[in-house]
Amino acid sequence: MSPKPLDYESLNENVKKVAYAVRGELYLRASELQKEGKKIIFTNVGNPHALGQKPLTFPRQVVALCQAPFLLDDPNVGLLFPADVIARAKHYLSLTSGGLGAYSDSRGLPGIRKEIAEFIERRDGYPSDPELIYLTDGASKGVMQILNTIIRNEKDGILVPVPQYPLYSAAISLYGGSLVPYYLDEEANWGLDINHTRQSVAEARLKGITVRAMVIINPGNPTGQCLSEANLREVLKFCYQENLVLLADEVYQQNIYQDERPFISARKILADIGLPISKEVQLVSFHTVSKGYWGECGQRGGYFEMTNLPAKSVDEIYKVASVSLSPNVPGQIFLGLMVNPPKPGDISYLKFVAESKAILESLRKRAHIMTDGFNSCRNVVCNFTEGAMYSFPQIRLPPKAIETAQRAGKAPDVFYCLKLLEATGISTVPGSGFGQKEGVFHLRTTILPSEEDMPSIMSSFKKFNDEFMEQYEDYRGYSRM
Amino acid sequence: MRRFAADRAKRLLFRSLFSSAATPSAPFSSSPAAAAAAAIDSAARSVTVDTINPKVLKCEYVVRGEIVSHAQRLQLELQTKPGCHPFEEILYCNIGNPQSLGQQPVTFFREVLALCDHPSLLDQSETHALFSADAVERAWKILDAIPGRATGAYSHSQGIKGLRDAIAAGIAERDGFPANPDDIFLTDGASPAVHTMMQLLIRSEKDGILCPIPQYPLYSASIALHGGSLVPYYLDESTGWGLEISELKKQLEDARSKGITVRALVVINPGNPTGQVLAEENQKDIVDFCKNEGLVLLADEVYQENIYVEDKKFNSFKKIARSMGYDDAHLSLVSFQSVSKGYYGECGKRGGYMEVTGFNAEVREQIYKVASVNLCSNISGQILASLVMNPPKVGDESYESFDAEKSGILSSLARRAKALEDAFNSLEGVTCNKAEGAMYLFPRLHLPSKAIEAAKAVDAVPDAFYARRLLDATGIVVVPGSGFGQVPGTWHIRCTILPQEDKIPDIISRLGAFHESFMEEFCD
Repeated sequence: MSPKPLDYESLNENVKKVAYAVRGELYLRASELQKEGKKIIFTNVGNPHALGQKPLTFPRQVVALCQAPFLLDDPNVGLLFPADVIARAKHYLSLTSGGLGAYSDSRGLPGIRKEIAEFIERRDGYPSDPELIYLTDGASKGVMQILNTIIRNEKDGILVPVPQYPLYSAAISLYGGSLVPYYLDEEANWGLDINHTRQSVAEARLKGITVRAMVIINPGNPTGQCLSEANLREVLKFCYQENLVLLADEVYQQNIYQDERPFISARKILADIGLPISKEVQLVSFHTVSKGYWGECGQRGGYFEMTNLPAKSVDEIYKVASVSLSPNVPGQIFLGLMVNPPKPGDISYLKFVAESKAILESLRKRAHIMTDGFNSCRNVVCNFTEGAMYSFPQIRLPPKAIETAQRAGKAPDVFYCLKLLEATGISTVPGSGFGQKEGVFHLRTTILPSEEDMPSIMSSFKKFNDEFMEQYEDYRGYSRM
Repeated sequence: MRRFAADRAKRLLFRSLFSSAATPSAPFSSSPAAAAAAAIDSAARSVTVDTINPKVLKCEYVVRGEIVSHAQRLQLELQTKPGCHPFEEILYCNIGNPQSLGQQPVTFFREVLALCDHPSLLDQSETHALFSADAVERAWKILDAIPGRATGAYSHSQGIKGLRDAIAAGIAERDGFPANPDDIFLTDGASPAVHTMMQLLIRSEKDGILCPIPQYPLYSASIALHGGSLVPYYLDESTGWGLEISELKKQLEDARSKGITVRALVVINPGNPTGQVLAEENQKDIVDFCKNEGLVLLADEVYQENIYVEDKKFNSFKKIARSMGYDDAHLSLVSFQSVSKGYYGECGKRGGYMEVTGFNAEVREQIYKVASVNLCSNISGQILASLVMNPPKVGDESYESFDAEKSGILSSLARRAKALEDAFNSLEGVTCNKAEGAMYLFPRLHLPSKAIEAAKAVDAVPDAFYARRLLDATGIVVVPGSGFGQVPGTWHIRCTILPQEDKIPDIISRLGAFHESFMEEFCD
């Protein structure tokens, strides 16, 4: 048999370098075990509906009606859909150029981009230009597009927080760039210290890397921290001084579980700072329908907003967007609905608010339950989940556990997570998938399992963890060094 | 006071093309239009045309290029000043986007999608008054295949297993050879799947991909974006856009002699923009060529349900390969399908898949890994792909109305293909091959030398010059052939067959009138 035209050796090297742990080794093992009949609790990805969160009623009604517009001609349509749903469906259909089945403008339907611009203006108090808002099949596609635009070769570096959501490391690998890590401070609740960032840039430059961009994830993933206004100002001034484009991943802006630091957009702070910085710093902000209290991951609806990018660069980004023709239209409508939910007085308003509040309140509760639960476990320390959807406890693995892992050819946190999976069915993602300080181990889980399931999940975890620690802590041979 | 300033800032931002740079009340640089005048393109900024990825600069995609921007400007002018042009509306014949030109979606598909989008409908008794029973049944079946019936959840990165099972069954029924659900990767339209394969195949500009000329410019754009080399093979216009193996061999050897490693062969069947449907014997030769030369066969089969001639039928390359006794060990084949074309025309849904056969496990792992970074394709599009590959059958409640819709659309497309083909052929100096399939006509313009000079004088490619004049005179938007590639010195335009039938006579007469006056102006 002749060698295959495409085998592992002849694959694009950059593809080989890509790692995406969120659906990597642990997830694959969990799927295998599930097929064998084991009950698995998937907490590896921020996928609320997969863990029982119900979709909001209003948007589903509107999109269903947009899918089947012939229903609008049926005299009985009012039996199934309230009047404001019908009106909204007609509104979105009127924004399309032929219904849900036609390619839209490659940047997304102008009418929906306008709604998003209006939302941004209400949120931030500064005008937003729909022409600079591009809709994408999920925020991830937007992130990849922007990184592909920036990265020319392996000498181009992108500042990425550690720990980070591994879309960034994966995309940087894929496009042949360099990841320049800046460490978040676990002792300071995963705070961003601009001095670390400055240091990282200096080190990178010594290696001949041109640092092009800085990524912030606010609220953080996997860490959940919400950046303060002071923090954001520092970051923006830093980007100004170092000539970096700021990529602000703000997909969790609706997921805030403390009141000291509400969400503030990078764009708002940039505008607040005023001239000349506000006109100089280049910024791309990302948002999605996948998170928040919407959790509509499967729709693949996202957008990015560009600030202070020159016209010609915007043209090039538009050109590449046009090669993929258009983002999916139902996802665009979900975005419109998200930025333009029912208002007081609308028929669907009360139900919508009740559903939304219930979800957010429950998430806040679960953030606490999980943090407290982890902190009650032996050798586990967990920062509070201030925002987003995850918990990122530190697991202080005893030396014997680390040795055993290494002998098994596994990273220590992978070893721990596999054992956890096999013992309890809880499928997490090892911290090494997100990046962490050398010798410090974590795992990422979501706070998404239902409130009813939480207590049993946490006790199941505690039982496993405490037994694991018992097994691997060896006081006789324990070194005090 | 602040609100007044904000309103004023808003007006400034949305002002006309030549406004000046940002004012103090508008903190950011103005919109692209205004920024063009401002001195923002300083090399000091991180993201400028001088510092962005050069592959992005190299990539081109005419289908939504310059001519379309101009058409949009004209359309805006028509809205603000009706009567300012010698036509009432812009007719977009540049893009295969059927539902934007009035084609209706398939009712059964939309019923199922609506029910899956809002499953609570299935719990309400009134639903049965508004939805057909088999649509309700199909929706239940689909929802049962989705864990927790959660259509808003990320699925498996290859797509929902139950839907892949249904698609594999549909492929098997179509071809008479089995298909494996694990070979299927559901994607947001076929285009992302093409990008993924280019990403895997292209290591450097020394890696070449054989592409038909003329080709659908996704391929040239994707190859440029991924830093590879396009190796052209010319289709023969004189034989109805025939694909000659001798031409493939010649171009392959030529490329190899220049140090290019040719990795794959792209075949678009039915062709875009050319519309030809490959004969079975031709397909067998192509399969053997790929097998013998060690090339991956990339089979773009998105127009498989658009065939307008009695004497040709669609055969998938998988079917051809299997019928020759070739299995995974013999041929590496990737077959692309989409929900955007056919009789369903659901472009805006972004549904599609690639069926990947003949690759070893390590490579498949890598394909899966790349797919997993994006998590999954949109669920509604996945559902639609499973419906397209498993439409209502004889005996189903919706079958008759479904079949009427389907044959209505397909027969209308066939009529429009013929009417426009005849129309183009009736024009002086225009020859047009038959559109055996797909959605386009690609007439050749034998332009008089005076026209070619006039084009050069304004720095335009002759077919772009013609297309621009056509647009300005009639409002009809076509794509210049130069965007698809053509034998040097020949000129074409690509025009879709998609405007509704009642508009066709008017299009034909306006086209005729324009062409006549154009030829008169530039006659030698």
